[in-house]
Amino acid sequence: MFVLFCPHCGEKREEEEFGYGGEAFIPRPATPEALDDEAWGDYLFMRKNPKGWHWEMWSHNTGCRKFFVVKRNTATNAIAGSWTLAEGRKAYDAEGGST
Amino acid sequence: MTNHRVRRPGVRVDFDKPLTFSFDGQAYDGFAGDTLASALLANGVRMLARSFKYGRPRGIVGIGPEEPNALMQIETGAHTIPNLKATQVELYDGLVARRTTGWPTLEFDLKSVGGLFSRFMPAGFYYKTFQNQKLWPKFEHIIRQAAGYGSAPSEPDPETYDHSHRHAQVVIVGGGASGLLAALLAGRAGLKVVLLDEQNECGGWLLSSPQSVIGGEQARAWLKSAVGELQSMPNVQVLTRTSAFALHDMNLVLAVEQLQDHLPIADRVAHQPRQRLHRIRAERVVLATGAIERPLVFGNNDVPGIMTASALTTYLNRYGVAVGKRVLLQTSNDHAYQGSADLARAGCEVVLADTRTRINPAWEKRVRAAGVDVRTGFGIAFARGRRAVTGAQLVKLDAQRNAIVASGPSIDCDALGSSGGLSPTVHLYCHDGGRPHWDEERLAFVVPEAGRAKSGIYAVGAVTGEFGLQNALEQTVRVMRDVLGSLGKSTPTSSDNLGTDEPEATPARRIFRVPDGRAEGHGKKAFVDFQNDVSAADIHLAVRENYRSIEHIKRYTALGFGTDQGKLSNVNGFAIAAHALGRSIPEVGTTTYRPAYSPVTFGTLAGAHAGDTFEPRRYSPMHAAHIARGAEFEPVGQWLRPWYFPKTGEDMHAAVRRECLAARRGVGIMDASTLGKIDLRGKDVREFLNRVYANAWTQLAPGKCRYGLMLDENGMVMDDGVTACIADNHFVMTTTTGGAARVMTWLEKWHQTEWPDLDVYMTSVTDHWATAAVVGPKSRQVLAKICSDIDLSPSAFKFMDWREGTVAGVPARVFRISFSGELAFEVNVDANYGHHVWEALMEAGREFDITPYGTETMHVLRAEKGFIIVGQDTDGSMTPLDLDMAWAVGMKKPFSFIGKRSFARSDTAGPNRKQLVGLLTDDPQVVLAEGAQIIERADAKPPAAMLGHVTSSYYSPELDRSIALAVVRDGIARRSEDGRKSGRDVLYAYAGGKAHKVTVVSPVFVDPKGDRQNV
Repeated sequence: MFVLFCPHCGEKREEEEFGYGGEAFIPRPATPEALDDEAWGDYLFMRKNPKGWHWEMWSHNTGCRKFFVVKRNTATNAIAGSWTLAEGRKAYDAEGGST
Repeated sequence: MTNHRVRRPGVRVDFDKPLTFSFDGQAYDGFAGDTLASALLANGVRMLARSFKYGRPRGIVGIGPEEPNALMQIETGAHTIPNLKATQVELYDGLVARRTTGWPTLEFDLKSVGGLFSRFMPAGFYYKTFQNQKLWPKFEHIIRQAAGYGSAPSEPDPETYDHSHRHAQVVIVGGGASGLLAALLAGRAGLKVVLLDEQNECGGWLLSSPQSVIGGEQARAWLKSAVGELQSMPNVQVLTRTSAFALHDMNLVLAVEQLQDHLPIADRVAHQPRQRLHRIRAERVVLATGAIERPLVFGNNDVPGIMTASALTTYLNRYGVAVGKRVLLQTSNDHAYQGSADLARAGCEVVLADTRTRINPAWEKRVRAAGVDVRTGFGIAFARGRRAVTGAQLVKLDAQRNAIVASGPSIDCDALGSSGGLSPTVHLYCHDGGRPHWDEERLAFVVPEAGRAKSGIYAVGAVTGEFGLQNALEQTVRVMRDVLGSLGKSTPTSSDNLGTDEPEATPARRIFRVPDGRAEGHGKKAFVDFQNDVSAADIHLAVRENYRSIEHIKRYTALGFGTDQGKLSNVNGFAIAAHALGRSIPEVGTTTYRPAYSPVTFGTLAGAHAGDTFEPRRYSPMHAAHIARGAEFEPVGQWLRPWYFPKTGEDMHAAVRRECLAARRGVGIMDASTLGKIDLRGKDVREFLNRVYANAWTQLAPGKCRYGLMLDENGMVMDDGVTACIADNHFVMTTTTGGAARVMTWLEKWHQTEWPDLDVYMTSVTDHWATAAVVGPKSRQVLAKICSDIDLSPSAFKFMDWREGTVAGVPARVFRISFSGELAFEVNVDANYGHHVWEALMEAGREFDITPYGTETMHVLRAEKGFIIVGQDTDGSMTPLDLDMAWAVGMKKPFSFIGKRSFARSDTAGPNRKQLVGLLTDDPQVVLAEGAQIIERADAKPPAAMLGHVTSSYYSPELDRSIALAVVRDGIARRSEDGRKSGRDVLYAYAGGKAHKVTVVSPVFVDPKGDRQNV
């Protein structure tokens, strides 16, 4: 059980207020029909699943009900920060959008 | 009273408060301040358990949570608690304790006969014997009974439990000397401090060693003033009888406080909790968890009367109990010296065998002055005695190697204590990912004193390997300077005099298993883990059988598996395994330390979340009306919904039959308030619906409704419901009762993460509306009586229309939708009017014999029409096409709606998919079991190909026969319709050992053309 900072509410709250939203920054293809089965399968199923730093979404279920981005270390549960979706995207891109 | 009691200064029992208690039906005396263990020892009770595998007599070994043998069943009936350690049970008047091991009796344990089992039960016994799994069910009962351990109570728990959620700046775990000093320093700095200690009072080892000196005064005087000062600080809370059992991410400390366990049951305050779970979020955690002394491993080291050296000393100094008159102590270090002097001064005849040849001269001088007979360079090869220790055989050890150079004297004794060094209590530090490191000088796995400062976790005292009092206190001052500094507090200038009179320590001897001159396994049994009967030979055997990882050796031998979780045994086990493997101890490492540090009762974890308050219960606004009409209820998610409404003398079958026929032929009424409802507004709602539903929404005009299928991105059905267009920029969506919250989050996620540009606002309005569905051919006549401002005529108010108006005098939205296939009106009103409108409809319907019905009839009516229930007839692998619902998919919509692309994936588009069909049994009276497997032949033998399963099955009163829905491979092509036969339509439904012949048909059993709902 950890504590998350909700960038919309501006508060640190217990994990039980939040819901996990999966890996962040997997945009839905603009024209799904243009993708072959393998590429569409990658979008549906393939996730980074790293041991280490992971960009992921959380939603503040019992608070503002907004989704936001968290950079969390899956091995230690250390949290590097929380951002709104837009700000998180900038931070993610700034570090190369890979880790 | 026996002569084991000794009156000594500093003893923590109150000799003015005698108590009585019983053990195995016999009455004994004790005093306030005793534990059950100390009182039993004072009464001369030595053997109080039989061992797990061999049935060997066992006695008390430790003084706290490390105790492996003395597991007790405390109290009887509803209050009974199994497997408490006698060393942790505070004595109270009238306490009833029973043994948990020994079968058939403690005095005569069948397992012990002639060492019968010993030869046949080596390490890995269970793996080897029960590889053939068929044997296990036959032997499990016998083995469990013979192995013993306590019984869970069979009655409901009469006690209550509490949870406390809190925040602190500094949480200090452990109230020994270091923990107390840490709390003083943090408290004086004005920080919000919580100090946790598992015992009934703070003090830790100081309670066992009252002769220690701190700052020129006796330790117990220092202890008294420290506790007094802490209690005077409003910013400091000291919680005793509170065991911190877990340390989780971000400094979440879980601790269980025992509030009433130490009181006689009759004196416990009713309605006050027995225990309280504290969930403390701390800015800084200071681990002052101390250390537990581990014994040396030698032959027959499990005979009752053999303990850790510190246990012998603690029973003497803290509880005033001399376990024996003639005491033999064996040590590899300095820790046993003070205790040996205490025992000698208390009148015991004490021999101290030190395995070292070079011992500490200062300590030697002190203990010789007290009359202790010190023998250097000796170890115990084996102990003598069976039900109580009678003596031991010493051997002269080589000064360097772990080997014997000569035999030694045989010494008689009636109590034997050994010390192989201290094992720091590193558990909490390791719970959230920390690893201890091996300190070869101190011969211990220790926590670094800096802890994990980055995470705010620090450690002080014995847990870091600082076993000496003075060093530990100085270290505590040093570490707390960092802790306070990190919280912005200035460095304290401690005026405390922390000087002690301890001699400087002499290095310990690196010894775990005392040699007996024989190959491992050929001498007397030498136990490492008492609770699981794991001997040194078992560990060697595991290594011989090629187990290499300590985690595997643990599981193969059961080392550290007991309720003590290896607190006494693990380090000896790791060291013996390392020796057998020819590797170093740090290379072998430790097993994983997991919460809970010590057992926690389920009641405490549940707290108030039990029984009626286990989870919130939701009631519809009409709930009272249903109770008044005698409804039987069933839970649907958190909701409690009417199930059926039996009349006097009716069973469920009769009631449902009557309700179904009323809805089909007259008029019924159902409470549909629990359906999820989401209010959507904004100029882009229509487009949003186009994207999240399979259907098209572009043409839906205000005043109209449409049924929609919601898919996940894999193209599988995840929810369904009717959505009404209120205005071009305003829609109301209904969801399944159980899916409401999930759908809301799903919609919000897509809106926020993918399409924030869409102008859509969503509000859950499930609880805002009450819904009564008036169903049946006479429903229009009923509604007409109390609704005059809506034209209810078939031409003006068509199927799938909705109208705004007034029903029973209150504003209403009336929907012409139907989950039964009959003419029906769903009346939605403000939830506060729900009960009123329900009663008004009942009154209006009286002349038509309006019949309230519940979920069971609703299910029969919808199954007769082949209407699916998402989650019952679908399981997350069904597409709309599998459900034969292509009519609900708008393939021509310009936006590629969620799930659409996946229809074309090879598996989704492929042949032989499971599809929804109807089934008719050959025997119309047989109602198939839901879940029955569909097979091709009646005489199929396993493993037979399973073609699918029955998802819904009922007896249809309308058809006067059974009906079922099922998912079947290639089912749609198998259907026989209108007398035509597919040739593949005869299958078998297998359940309860019988295969029933069935015919695959359309899932629409009643009114296939849908005429009835369009009148």
